[in-house]
Amino acid sequence: MIRGLRIEVHEVAENILEIKDLVVKYHTDDAVIHAVNGVNLTVKKGETIGLVGETGAGKTTIARSILRILQTPPAKIWGGEIIFKDEDIMQKTEKEMRKIRGNQIAMIFQDPMTALNPIERVGFQIAEAIGLHNKISRAEAERRACDMLEMVGIPMERYNEYPHQFSGGMKQRVVIAMALACNPELLLADEPTTALDVTIQAQVLEMMQSLKEKLGTSVILITHDLGVVAQTCDSVAVVYAGEIVEYGTAEHIFDHTAHPYTIGLFNSLPKLDSTEPRLKPIKGLMPDPTNLPKGCSFCERCPEAMEKCAEKSPGVTEVAPGHFVKCFLVGGE
Amino acid sequence: MAPLLEVQDLKKYFKTGAGLLHAVDGVSFTLDQGKTLGVVGESGCGKTTLGRVILHLLDLTDGKMYFEGQDITYPTRKELRRLREEMQIIFQDPYSSLNPRMTVSEAIMEPLIIQKKLNKDEIRAETKKLMDTVGLAERFENAYPHELDGGRRQRIGIARALALKPKFIVCDEPVSALDVSIQAQIINLMLDLQEERDLTYMFVTHDLSVVKYISDEIMVMYLGQVVEKAPSDELFRDPLHPYTQALLSAIPIPDIHQKRERIIMKGEITSPINPKPGCRFAARCWLASEECNNPQVLQEIAPNHFVACWKANNADY
Repeated sequence: MIRGLRIEVHEVAENILEIKDLVVKYHTDDAVIHAVNGVNLTVKKGETIGLVGETGAGKTTIARSILRILQTPPAKIWGGEIIFKDEDIMQKTEKEMRKIRGNQIAMIFQDPMTALNPIERVGFQIAEAIGLHNKISRAEAERRACDMLEMVGIPMERYNEYPHQFSGGMKQRVVIAMALACNPELLLADEPTTALDVTIQAQVLEMMQSLKEKLGTSVILITHDLGVVAQTCDSVAVVYAGEIVEYGTAEHIFDHTAHPYTIGLFNSLPKLDSTEPRLKPIKGLMPDPTNLPKGCSFCERCPEAMEKCAEKSPGVTEVAPGHFVKCFLVGGE
Repeated sequence: MAPLLEVQDLKKYFKTGAGLLHAVDGVSFTLDQGKTLGVVGESGCGKTTLGRVILHLLDLTDGKMYFEGQDITYPTRKELRRLREEMQIIFQDPYSSLNPRMTVSEAIMEPLIIQKKLNKDEIRAETKKLMDTVGLAERFENAYPHELDGGRRQRIGIARALALKPKFIVCDEPVSALDVSIQAQIINLMLDLQEERDLTYMFVTHDLSVVKYISDEIMVMYLGQVVEKAPSDELFRDPLHPYTQALLSAIPIPDIHQKRERIIMKGEITSPINPKPGCRFAARCWLASEECNNPQVLQEIAPNHFVACWKANNADY
């Protein structure tokens, strides 16, 4: 799979992140939760890749594995490699990781209401991150924090205010400013706009897009909103029950959707120009991650399921250059 | 025939330390039986408060309400009890709106027990029927909410709302907390129920694509006031208020080739505490001018299409 990608992108910039066969499990008292089951993913320099999937599909677990901020226990990375700029993150010591987190790889958390420290001034929270990773004076860190605030459209007079004095959209912008403060090479954005209203979402997405272009950051955007993906992503990975079931350029995935799950996701969206009296949901629910089926994890909900789908898990097929699908319908042997 | 629900100039103000918060400020509409009114707006625009005032979960400040032609503005205790059977609510968050200590069947039979009209066996039978109606398998009868996923929990919420056979249901963001594939299941269930039982919905949401799908008429709210009201198709085809236009253009469309001109508004919703008399959207409006300092009233621009913006009258802005 990785080789296939290299062929397609040989002239484009190098890979900044490669995830190979990542397996993460959560060990609880009663059961083992199979959260991520062999994920392969490549992020190129300057690329925005969308991780799409339902609640519990393992999207956030993948992102947290990259930063190694999974709570261990119960979570444990069972296997795989995460190569960031030719170095395996798994092999790093905690001390080395602290230098990477927030500096080279930053994360925007889902809920801006809880991601900020309520008893510190917002400006200080940004300056703190800058001061931690750069050998500069406090005044210099503060000046850079002011610049960051201005960049995300918050007047620097509000530097000394507390998070509760900000609205949801502004808090999210502070979180973004904090994440971008050290010019990270990779930004993990975990549902950055889910908690926001549509008009504010449009502002925040627009801002992230222009900042990305200005700073050349690579972004992994975690979302369940296919509309947001269409608007912002270069490529898309569809996650289902801890596996990537379809992966390719955004254009290819939207135009030549191949996996039945992805097709189901598109069909269940209410369309603005639809005249049909009913939506077409995917029947059933995602399988219990403590007890995944032997065969394809989507088999029980799949309208196209065949006998062999319940028997064994399909392999990955490259249906078009750079477009990978994990399904027997397109091969998958 | 009188409309099922009529609301006239409804107001709900909250007293705060900083002054009067105008949560709902002069909202009027009528709603016929079997129809769905969509109420859209951003957080803080008063859409949830509106639903709660109509159901008498909050006391109103001013205005009039009629249900089936009867004045229900200030009901007596007895009248309110009867009204509760007719008007119900489905809450936004199926995680926090269910009692974690009640099993599925206990939660669904609770309204029937309070109603005191059926005996024990009848209640049990009715509960089974309700579970079947909303698509909850019998094996979940003794399950607790934490054992179920969001979709199933929302089905409990719907069953509870249906238990007393209401005519009118306020649906307060019933699918916002759910994944798209589950969201579609619940929306279809609600549409089926409406058809079977001739239900009337007031569908409160911030999700514009969902509201278009389910509503006959849509009311757009901004800071406690209705800025535009129109039949669903017409609103999407020909939005006239600048706020509606911005709102519609902000919906991310899951289509990679359809790159739209997006109207990015400056700033955010302003404070609803002691608002100025003029147009409340003016501070964010890219078309704002002197005239916007005057109060804006809803005017019928086309049949059934109401807009509260003086510019909408001058067609060529």
